[in-house]
Amino acid sequence: MMMNEPSLGLEAQISCRNFNFYYGKYHALKNINLDIYKRNVTAFIGPSGCGKSTLLRTFNRMYELYPEQRAVGQLLLDGKDMLARNVEANSLRARVGMVFQKPTPFPMSIRDNVAFGVGLHERLSKGEMEDRVEWALRKAALWDEVKNKLGQSGMSLSGGQQQRLCIARGIAVKPEVLLLDEPTSALDPISTMRIEELIGELKNEFTIAIVTHNMQQAARISDYTAYMYLGEMIEFGITDQIFIKPQKKATEDYITGRFG
Amino acid sequence: MSSFRQGTLGDWVFLNLTRSAAIFVLLMLAGTIASLVYGAWPAIEKFGFGFLWSGEWNPPAERFGALIPIYGTLATSLVALIIAVPVSFGIALFLTEMAPVWLKRPLGIAIELLAGIPSIVYGMWGLLVFAPVFAKYAQPLLANTLGKLPVIGELFSGPGLGIGILSAAVVLAIMTIPFIASVMRDVFDVTPAMLKESAYGVGATTWEVVWNVVLPYTKVGVIGGVMLGLGRALGETMAVTFLIGNMNVFGGFSLFLPGNSIASALANEFAEAESAIYTASLIELGLILFFITFIVLSLSKLLLMQLSRQEGATT
Repeated sequence: MMMNEPSLGLEAQISCRNFNFYYGKYHALKNINLDIYKRNVTAFIGPSGCGKSTLLRTFNRMYELYPEQRAVGQLLLDGKDMLARNVEANSLRARVGMVFQKPTPFPMSIRDNVAFGVGLHERLSKGEMEDRVEWALRKAALWDEVKNKLGQSGMSLSGGQQQRLCIARGIAVKPEVLLLDEPTSALDPISTMRIEELIGELKNEFTIAIVTHNMQQAARISDYTAYMYLGEMIEFGITDQIFIKPQKKATEDYITGRFG
Repeated sequence: MSSFRQGTLGDWVFLNLTRSAAIFVLLMLAGTIASLVYGAWPAIEKFGFGFLWSGEWNPPAERFGALIPIYGTLATSLVALIIAVPVSFGIALFLTEMAPVWLKRPLGIAIELLAGIPSIVYGMWGLLVFAPVFAKYAQPLLANTLGKLPVIGELFSGPGLGIGILSAAVVLAIMTIPFIASVMRDVFDVTPAMLKESAYGVGATTWEVVWNVVLPYTKVGVIGGVMLGLGRALGETMAVTFLIGNMNVFGGFSLFLPGNSIASALANEFAEAESAIYTASLIELGLILFFITFIVLSLSKLLLMQLSRQEGATT
């Protein structure tokens, strides 16, 4: 199993340092320490409610939309504190894009779906915008399927196409990090396979963090894997090692299916 | 073999019950139109289509035209919507996206309570409290600011009497805001959190999320809410009667001038209409109001079709 060889010269893109998270009084993430490496795929696995989605949603400060949720500790993006008050959530989210469990195309045309985020942060001419839309759709492996119907509603696409549209929308802004929250859980096996292939290509340009319920998926596509349980980071390491020779008994129990 | 399963008969009864309820609505509608046309027939026969654009309303001479009440109805409702829609949007936006949790419920309930106040109370408040204050402070202010502009200035010229088309429209706006705002809030609330988060996720601000994503997503509901408000404004009788001035003379396009609306003309004059042609003319006004409502509904459907075409029709 040498297919998931992590690239050398590791550089941390996102770092958690003694990071804690609360839903009201509930302590959802406990003292997380972790590095997510540049241009690698890091997978988060663990049973439902273990906090893996919660952790992912702190990386673009999505939790801030909900007043009862708060984060304590350090979260660094390229070595800089991303929770600092003077870092605007909007500009942070332009650098850290996100794709959700279900496809969420906006109620507008395919072209406008991709252009939406770009228009918020950059002033592009019409031609430049067309180029950017094409670039993003090509990166998301959707261009050939939609190039003749860019004016049609994004909602007219199939589920798998919609999810690739959401990925195109995310990368059109040219973020550094792409957060994927169970991106294939609502898709059929063929669409899932296409998205997985896509992730393999996207990691050449983007840092990818993915939450998945599917352990085979984590094993197939990730370079690093983090196993979480009850809000704690149980084990983190190179994916092949986690799956072949986990250090901790709890991790082994989970990945061999004895638990979870 | 052929014995009815117990539920089958029940289904059959239920189907027919619901079907008759649906047909009942159609019968009511047809009956309303038929009786309005029947009642208005003498006036339709005598004045023809000229009734629609004649501005004369002269009971002693028995010459009637609907232009002034039609103008008053449309002007008050339109101005009311121009005020009410942005305010309602703001209320709904604040309630769904920005208000702290402890404020959401009390404020939401307060808005629904406003919708329950009888229109006569709005009318009396409008006449006794609002109109004098409006005449003393707001109208001079409007005349000195907007009234100085070209073209629009025409709308804010002349003496501010307190009562008139603008006052009626402002009170109508206050009356329709609870309806529009609570519908908007409800439809904004059902927008999937994930869709909003996706928009926040590409770095949109609250305004950009609501304007570019939530509003298009909920456009059917929002336009429905606006139509509900417009329906109320077009048909509102008591509050408008108190405030519009009930003048059947056209003195110009200034919104400060008194006028009349269809509903308030009916309320005021039906009791004193003695001659048959007077009564028939009033009933024809009712028929016209019915058609105005119908046209407004059709326009809203057209608007929705237009919007979905812009968004990129599904094939």
